[in-house]
Order: sequence, then structure tokens, then C-alpha cells
Amino acid sequence: MRAVRVLERVLITIPIMFGVAIVVFLFMRLTPGDPVDIMMGQGGAVTTGEIEQLRHEFHLDEPLPVQLWLFLKGAVRGDLGYSYVQKRPIGELIGERLPATIELAVGALFFALLVAVPIGIVSAVKQRSLVDQISMAGAFLGTSMPAFWLGIVLILLFSVRLRWLPVQGRIDYGTELQQVTGLYVLDSLLTRNWTALISSLRHLVLPSVSLGAAAAAIVARVLRSSMVETLRQDYITLARAKGQVEFLVVMKHALRNALIPTVTVVGLQVGALLGGNMIVETVFSWPGLGRMVVQAIFERDFPLVQGAVMVYAFTYVMANLIVDILYTTLNPKITL
Amino acid sequence: METSAYAKTPVDRLTYSWRVRLRLMRRNFAYFLTELRRRPLALVGGIVVLAYLLAAVLAPHLTDHDPTAGNLRQRLLPPAWEDGGEAAYPLGTDDQGRDILTRIIFGARISLAVGLLSVGISVAAGTALGALAGYWRGLLDDVLSRFADLLLAFPFLIFAIGVMAFLGPGFLNLIAALTFKGWVEFFRLVRGEMMAEKTKEYVEAAKVVGQSHPSIIVAEILPNIIQSVFVLGTLRMGYMIIMEASLSFLGLGIQPPTPVWGSMVAAGRDYLLTAWWASTLPGIAILILVLSINVFGEGLRDILDPRLRIE
Repeated sequence: MRAVRVLERVLITIPIMFGVAIVVFLFMRLTPGDPVDIMMGQGGAVTTGEIEQLRHEFHLDEPLPVQLWLFLKGAVRGDLGYSYVQKRPIGELIGERLPATIELAVGALFFALLVAVPIGIVSAVKQRSLVDQISMAGAFLGTSMPAFWLGIVLILLFSVRLRWLPVQGRIDYGTELQQVTGLYVLDSLLTRNWTALISSLRHLVLPSVSLGAAAAAIVARVLRSSMVETLRQDYITLARAKGQVEFLVVMKHALRNALIPTVTVVGLQVGALLGGNMIVETVFSWPGLGRMVVQAIFERDFPLVQGAVMVYAFTYVMANLIVDILYTTLNPKITL
Repeated sequence: METSAYAKTPVDRLTYSWRVRLRLMRRNFAYFLTELRRRPLALVGGIVVLAYLLAAVLAPHLTDHDPTAGNLRQRLLPPAWEDGGEAAYPLGTDDQGRDILTRIIFGARISLAVGLLSVGISVAAGTALGALAGYWRGLLDDVLSRFADLLLAFPFLIFAIGVMAFLGPGFLNLIAALTFKGWVEFFRLVRGEMMAEKTKEYVEAAKVVGQSHPSIIVAEILPNIIQSVFVLGTLRMGYMIIMEASLSFLGLGIQPPTPVWGSMVAAGRDYLLTAWWASTLPGIAILILVLSINVFGEGLRDILDPRLRIE
């Protein structure tokens, strides 16, 4: 029964997440440098007694397996620990910046699919035409471009020279927006704040394009190749012979099957989007999780890095889970 | 495998099929070049990559400028074709007065070194582990596959950033970060191919003849797998170079004043309004190199292994 298989698949992610947490935890503990020293480095002179007290408070005097157990216990409850540098719980810090990152990732994915799907279909249908060749050349270019460079070039072009789009941030300075979800575009729609909507969309364009370009290129190529493969199949010829309208032959029969390998690739690209996030956020000064992680690394705020990496890994695992489930929806031959 | 009069010692037996291939390769090379000429795009790609390699190796002889020390009186000069540019600095200077063209050429050394080393080590480790896992199966396969799956739970860049965060900046740490995640792809490829090849008759025949397992793996199966590994490696090189550039851009890779394309782009960001060339030109260098590698890699795949074809 499919529902059981889906449940199985969901349950498998739990040990994976445990593994991820352990890997991340070990990495942090293997770092040279004492966490308490790092923390004290921010303050001034402290007595040995205070150091010991802090050690005890953060359970650093306990044996490693105990620390791991405490960490895991907390992580399951959403308590990811405490940032020594920013003096705030990590869960809070991450929660603040996560919506911005999600908005950017969704924007990039949206752009990628918006561009890749039509291009992939048209290129496959009109194989070797001018459209096809230009698209595939563009796709090649897309996979060869570093995202940070693309972002900078886009800024130069659209913000500096043409002045059409803003350089950084999520919304124009001074624009009021009542926050519901933390996703500015959604919030402005929900509160019918049209100025905010336009402003946040304008800010979202360039970062989304920079981040999504590479993904768009890859998805377009894969979609095209699987479409070409599918269009060669006998059942397509049969549909045509039966007098089916060409548009429906392509969009209904061929596309559905061609989407199967494509969906897998999209899942992998989500991972790339999560990673590239950090870079694009840095380029556009986007106040998201990625930029916070980069700053945390320079501030040697390892617990924060650890918590953020776990959140990223978790999101990636979830995304792949969704992809797997979607995969079975599209292809009834495959059971989980 | 027929044992010729020459294949007496173990070394002989292990390398026999490889030596035969080497002899065939010389003949095949002519074929390869003809095929390459039929694909002008791939040929151009290959030539450009070669040019980059040569430039990297011959770097000190190509320019008179010092890549690390600049003349502050010459800072932020535009490229030679713009107003205010000088012929001595064809691509302009950066904020420290260093010639950009020189830094780009020297930067090629790092990028290519990182690309080649990280892909090389990933290939070696992934192939070795994949061959063992695919051949022996059992506990080794289970452990390695689970470990690989675990690593796959992390997006590449995030894992690399995490590793760099903990290890600190530096050339070797960078290679380690890239390789740590990179081997998984090759592991899976070789493992899959190994499992497929194991069922074939020539392996059966070798076992019947009494050939030892390592000998079978190295001498018989691996030569058949190596082609797809090679193609994948070429295709991944461009990706590794972009990853290196990205990490350097964030400041997590090689540290200044060593000229690295990624950090050059990052440094140029502060002067985007007045000196666009400081950021844009190093990026173009990355773009052209990676594009050429990808185009050449695609051509290579096309020639060597049409099975992997993406139309």
C-alpha cells in the first residue's frame, strides 16, 4: 500500500537526521580551541571560578557521549544551543533569518522552473532549431557561471547603469510592512500592502535570478533530453495516429513522463540552491540565514554554524523526500 | 584472460591489459584527434584549457608585474581600451595598484591546481572505494554506502563551507573540503558499474581460470569502467573550480595577498560603481575556463561514451 511506503520513507529520514547531527556535532567538537575561551575572548578578564561555572553550565565538563546525548535531546525539541558570540539562543537567531532565506530559495526555484520548463519543452519539440541551439548554448553558459559573478554583473547592469532595480536588502528603506509569516511577498499580499509588494518583488528579482540561473540551466537540459527521449516512444506515435492534437500530445502525454527524471534533478538542485544561498545573500546583502552563517564563521561562532548546517541539511532531506513522493505520483510503475 | 609468454610475474599479469590498452591508445589517439576535429566547439574548448594550463605554468615569464605587490599610485586604473587606461596595464589595476592581467594569470595556477587535485583525489578515492564496495559487497559495501548517503544529505557548498569553517583557510584545507564530499559521486558510479560488470562472463571466466580477486578488479574490470570515470571527472572539474572560487569569494579559501580569482571579485565589490573591471574581469576568466572545460568535457563524452549522451 502506497501510504505505508510513504510513511516508511518519512521514517527513514529520522536516522539520517541523527547521522547528520552526529557528524556536525563531531566536527564542532574536533575544532581546535576551547568554546569557553572563545566566549571569554569577547569579554574581559574573568576569574577561573567563572570559567569553571560557565563550563559546567554548558556541560563542557561532561564526557563526550553525554554532551552528544544532551545535544541530540535538545535538537529534537528545537533547542539548538546557545550562541556564545551573539549571546542568544541559536533557535531564535535561525528562526529570525530563516524566512528571508526561504523567500530567496523559493524565488530562485520559481525563476528556475519558469525559465527551464518552457525552454526544455520547446527545445525538445523543435530539436536542432535556432531556439534549441540558443537555449542549449545559454544553458551551457549558465552552468559555467559562478553565481556570485552573475550577481555582481546583474547589479552593475540593472542597478548601477540602468537603475531599474535596487542593489541590496529585501525592501525599500522606510516601507512599512506588517509581518505575518516573515515572507515579505506573502505578507504584503496578505495585508494588501501594494507598495510593499512591489518593493519586495523588485528586491527579490536580481538575487533570485543569480541563484536560480545555474539550476535553470541544468533543469532545462535534463528536461529537454528526457523529452526528446520520450517523444521517440511508440505511444506518442500512437497518440498522434489516433488524431490527438499535437499540443496535448506534448503537454499531456510526453511531458508527464519526461518530468520523471526531471523531478529528481530538481530535488538535487534544491540542495545547490541552499548552498548557493550563502553566496548570493552575501552579494546582495540579503538578511538571511546564509549571510549569518558566513559571518558566524568569521566570528568563530561555531555553535551557530553547527545549528545552521543542521537546519540546511534537514531542509535538503525534506526536499528530497518530497521529490521521492512526487516521483511515485508521476510514475506509477515505481513504488517506494 | 590468456596468459601470454610474457605475463609471468604478478606485476605482469596485473598490468597486462593496461599495457595492451596503452598500445591501443596510441592508435586510438589519432582517431580521437580526428573525432575532435569534427567537433570544432570541443576542440576550441580543449585549446583554451590548454592555453590556461600553459599560462599557469609559464606565469612568471609572461608578465613583468608583481602579482602581490602593487603600486598605490597606480590604483584602480581602467583597462587599456578605456579613457585613463595604460598599455602597461592591459586589464587595469585593482585597489592595491596591482596589474589585473598578471593576477588573473597567476590566479589560474591556484584554480587549476585546486581543480585538478580535488578531482584527482576524489576520483582516486571514489574509484578505489567504489570498486571494493561493488565487488565484495557485504559489510564493507553497507558501511560505505551508508556513509556516502549520509554525506549526500548535505548540500555540497554547505558541507564545504562547514569543513572550511572548522579547518580554517588554506590550500590543503580547501582541497580536503572539496574532496570530502566529492568522492561520493565517483564512489557511486564505480560501485554501480562494478556490480554490473561482475555479472558478465569474462569475470566468470577469470575466476574459473583461478585469477586472484585483486587481479580481476584491477586488470579486468577497471579498464572497462575507467572511461566513464574519466568523463565524469572532466565534467566535475569545472564545478570544483567554481566551488573553489565561491569559497574564496566568501573569504574562506586561499587568503590574500595570493591572487585567487574568487577573492579578487570579492575585493572589487567595494569599487563597483567606479571600477567595474576589478570584479568583472576575474569573473570572466573563471567563466571562460569553466566553459571551455565543460565544452571539452561534453565533446569528450560524446566521443568516448555515447551511452552517456545527453542529446
